[in-house]
Amino acid sequence: MSDPLLSVRDLRVDFPTRRGVLTAVDGVSFDIHPGEILGVVGESGAGKSQTGAAVIGLLEPPGRIAAGDIHLEGQRIDRLSQEQLRKVRGRKIGAVFQDPLTSLNPLYTIGRQLTETIRTHLPLSEAEARDRAVQVLGEVGIPSPADRLDAYPHQFSGGMRQRVVIALALCVNPRLIIADEPTTALDVSIQAQITALLKRLCREHGTAVMLITHDMGVIAETADRVAVLYGGRLAEVGPVDDVVNRPLHPYTEGLMACIPTTHERPPRLAQIEGSMPSLTAMPPGCAFHPRCPHAFDRCAAERPPLFDHPPSAAACWLWAPEGARATERAAS
Amino acid sequence: MRDGNGAGAPMVTEDEQAVLVRLRGLSKHFDVSPPLLSRLLEGKRRRVLKAVDGVDLDIPRGHTTALVGESGCGKSTVARVLVTLYRPTTGDLIFEGTDLGRLTERQALAPFRRRMQMIFQDPFASLNPRWRVGRIIAEPIRAHGLMDDDRAIAGRVAELLEHVGLRAGDADRFPHEFSGGQRQRISIARALASSPHFLVCDEPTSALDVSVQAQILNLLRDLQRELGLTYLVITHDLAVVRFIADTIGVMYLGRLCEVAPADTLFARPRHPYTRLLIETVPDLRAPDRDRKPMAGEVPSPLDPPTGCAFHTRCPLAAERCARDRPALRRDADGAVACHAVEEGRLPEWGR
Ligand SMILES: Nc1ncnc2c1ncn2[C@@H]1O[C@H](COP(=O)(O)OP(=O)(O)OP(=O)(O)O)[C@@H](O)[C@H]1O
Ligand SMILES: Nc1ncnc2c1ncn2[C@@H]1O[C@H](COP(=O)(O)OP(=O)(O)O)[C@@H](O)[C@H]1O
Ligand code: SF4
Ligand code: SF4
Ligand SMILES: [Mg+2]
Ligand SMILES: [Mg+2]
Repeated sequence: MSDPLLSVRDLRVDFPTRRGVLTAVDGVSFDIHPGEILGVVGESGAGKSQTGAAVIGLLEPPGRIAAGDIHLEGQRIDRLSQEQLRKVRGRKIGAVFQDPLTSLNPLYTIGRQLTETIRTHLPLSEAEARDRAVQVLGEVGIPSPADRLDAYPHQFSGGMRQRVVIALALCVNPRLIIADEPTTALDVSIQAQITALLKRLCREHGTAVMLITHDMGVIAETADRVAVLYGGRLAEVGPVDDVVNRPLHPYTEGLMACIPTTHERPPRLAQIEGSMPSLTAMPPGCAFHPRCPHAFDRCAAERPPLFDHPPSAAACWLWAPEGARATERAAS
Repeated sequence: MRDGNGAGAPMVTEDEQAVLVRLRGLSKHFDVSPPLLSRLLEGKRRRVLKAVDGVDLDIPRGHTTALVGESGCGKSTVARVLVTLYRPTTGDLIFEGTDLGRLTERQALAPFRRRMQMIFQDPFASLNPRWRVGRIIAEPIRAHGLMDDDRAIAGRVAELLEHVGLRAGDADRFPHEFSGGQRQRISIARALASSPHFLVCDEPTSALDVSVQAQILNLLRDLQRELGLTYLVITHDLAVVRFIADTIGVMYLGRLCEVAPADTLFARPRHPYTRLLIETVPDLRAPDRDRKPMAGEVPSPLDPPTGCAFHTRCPLAAERCARDRPALRRDADGAVACHAVEEGRLPEWGR
């Protein structure tokens, strides 16, 4: 396989607060390959957005990367100066957030926002930058793009605005796009249009995408691989079909089982009792152990590392080389 | 004037007792005109937004009816009219045999209000942060004067808390001490406090994580069985609808385009919009990685298309569709408002 485009190792994000240090992301590792869509899923507060923000260098102070390293195309990017980081961010990593209005300036025309971004990062003339702007707007599906350059964000619908944000992220041909809940605020029909667009861009330009969402249906249709976060930690990572249909980690198993589907109507939905612990009350050992139907002594005492079980990996003692499930699987 | 002639006619065959709420030609219009002065000075016109435009629906007792549709199609407005937060612009809202739209006195509505309660999407915004949970849950009991002895009220609150899966002692805590799912349980306990027959749930799980959503959906089902409740559930999530609903109404731009029993709707959807919705929703168990998304967006409700409101996006639209508004016609499989269905030119459904 090719070298990873993005490689994150043992990432920890801390928020120093008056009541002590909160660890929002705790020892997370994953890779993204060129042209690949990595889904990042988990419940609210699991650390999805903070992981994305750390990669792109947009952690809100006092949040900071406290440990680990992040490499993009072999270059270490977690220790860059603000100036160097700004270059990488604009040129090599694009961002798309849930609310398109946070990424757009209401006072500037769409055309001005695009051409400024393009000219900051690419050696193009004003006229060439405008051509490029028209080209990307067309590519993201804005009809008659040349006529829309002079429009302001408020003149566009929600779905159109999100297309413009994607155009902004895309206009300098970045290697990686970080999309944090890009379709959550949109209607299903628009959501499908936006995810289809992201997939097409990956295919045609080899752009990699880190797709952060809590919507497993979107992940199942869009992602190549999935990382499941729980309590700031990586519970499981693997190919989408394996994670959805043959999950290793008991949390992933519970998560997949409790999601309703349009294909059947069970008398009851499977339930995981309780809810995800808050950062101030993270249980010792495995963060999932108070809710885990398979928990045993070791789980409350020791935190499980990530165990490899190709094609996936899971942070669960059941999958330790001598663990119960690992033994079962070896025997079968 | 009533459009849904077929479905709108009273169903003589069906037992009156079986229907808890009956909507007939129900509309809710909002005046969103520019201020009078700019109308006079700049010649701007008066503008009316038809959030709900001629809806006919029967909500059977003891069952769950759901309304689905994309943002802005009028689901929440129907809900608000139903629980008398809004007065209908035209049409009838018949609750347990009484036309509530015609009751003018606030007092006359009170006994009906006690029997219908609403649960909202955001369990935090809907709970007073300065009140202890016990006071929040007791509020409907006091407001409707159902009990006046403090000990009896405290006993009832404890019972309600346990019924929704919380502890009696939680009455002394404040909303911020609870997780989102627990707060939604508190909202449900409060809604049940006045022993309603009818619960209107507007996106009850949209703000919750999926693992917590499953708990709340199971709880709503259990409560329905135990207490014989009638639900109207509003959601944009078709998988949630599949789990919770017995009957489903699909809305588009303020109108109902199809009503059918849940099993029928998913097995044989007929309205082209219902079909597109079902085809568009990504499903965890049967992902379609080469999905061709539905084109276009929902048009502005201020300026809806003529004729069938869906004709601008409909793959089956014919010349007539831009001209005549299709009526909601009832038949053995439900009710559907579409010329193509009526003309028998609807393709077979195969998902
Ligand atoms: N008080 C109001 N004044 C003016 N317009 C309103 C009012 N309430 C709702 N509307 C409009 O009526 C239409 C229907 O709104 P409604 O809230 O019922 O939609 P909905 O189907 O519940 O959508 P969502 O899924 O976004 O909650 C929308 O166009 C909305 O902007
Ligand atoms: N400024 C902050 N100070 C303290 N904790 C924070 C701050 N911002 C985020 N967090 C915490 O970090 C955790 C992870 O947050 P986030 O990455 O936004 O979760 P997700 O995107 O998965 O919902 C949460 O528990 C959140 O409360
Ligand atoms: S480590 Fe133990 S508690 Fe954690 S998920 Fe695995 S079995 Fe459950
Ligand atoms: S009436 Fe015409 S436009 Fe409307 S849904 Fe039916 S075929 Fe499509
Ligand atoms: Mg987030
Ligand atoms: Mg609504």
